[in-house]
Amino acid sequence: MNLLFSFAIGLLFGIGLIISGMANPAKVIGFLDLAGLWNPSLVFVMGGAIAVGVVGFSLVRHKSRAWFGDAIQLPTVHHIDTHLVLGAALFGIGWGIAGICPGPALVLLGTGAGKGIVFVLAMLVGMLAFELWERISKRPH
Amino acid sequence: MTIDFIQFTPWHSLFGGMLIGLSAALTIHGLGRIAGISGILGGLLKPVASPGFGWRLTFIAGLVAAPLTYSAFSTLPQTRIEAGWAALILAGLLVGFGSRLGSGCTSGHGVCGLSRLSLRSLVATLTFMATGFITTFVMQHLL
Repeated sequence: MNLLFSFAIGLLFGIGLIISGMANPAKVIGFLDLAGLWNPSLVFVMGGAIAVGVVGFSLVRHKSRAWFGDAIQLPTVHHIDTHLVLGAALFGIGWGIAGICPGPALVLLGTGAGKGIVFVLAMLVGMLAFELWERISKRPH
Repeated sequence: MTIDFIQFTPWHSLFGGMLIGLSAALTIHGLGRIAGISGILGGLLKPVASPGFGWRLTFIAGLVAAPLTYSAFSTLPQTRIEAGWAALILAGLLVGFGSRLGSGCTSGHGVCGLSRLSLRSLVATLTFMATGFITTFVMQHLL
């Protein structure tokens, strides 16, 4: 039952990305290119998402169990470290090159676009490289 | 600054954004998890099968199924990827590695984190926005 639910909310997320224009890399570049013809649409995507998100997350604050019985797991890490900033910086560089972040990448994969497939494969390699790096760096010396 | 009024879609973007926010809210209320796409996908790549493999996989399947589902009801909006193949591969590697190292991307930090008023996510969001703006400037105007 919760698998059907997670499929439905993944679908909803993807439909949101399509309607908002976020799944179109050219539009994302239009937003990131402040010096060119600037497209402010993404401000509205973030505004709409956060407006609903703020209400959603405030309603969950005093709950400990989710609808399907699992514990509600909010992030417990609060400190700002090198990994956070360096990771975000690298992610932003990749985002700025192609105008694609992970959610839209998966939607583009679903359109069957060749470039979408290649991007997702490269992204998966990047994620696997992180897993490898994490395992090596955590190994006792 | 010149605004591109032809490509500017405030209402569609606002509505689509609200659906994304709704999905994030349903994810935390229904499953008790953060709707961060890089985290959900990255959790599938752990050497030891992590708990929640099933919901992660079906959530990703839902995302991938979105264009097909959308096109059953309406014409899918045009998408255009301007980056060349080499640039695309480099971008994918950076997005994959960076989002996992930084514990999140546009959805986990940008949508969920900012909605939770997390300072950590605010720092991450400002960082990737800054490097995104700079990189796009270099790509579009200097190279």
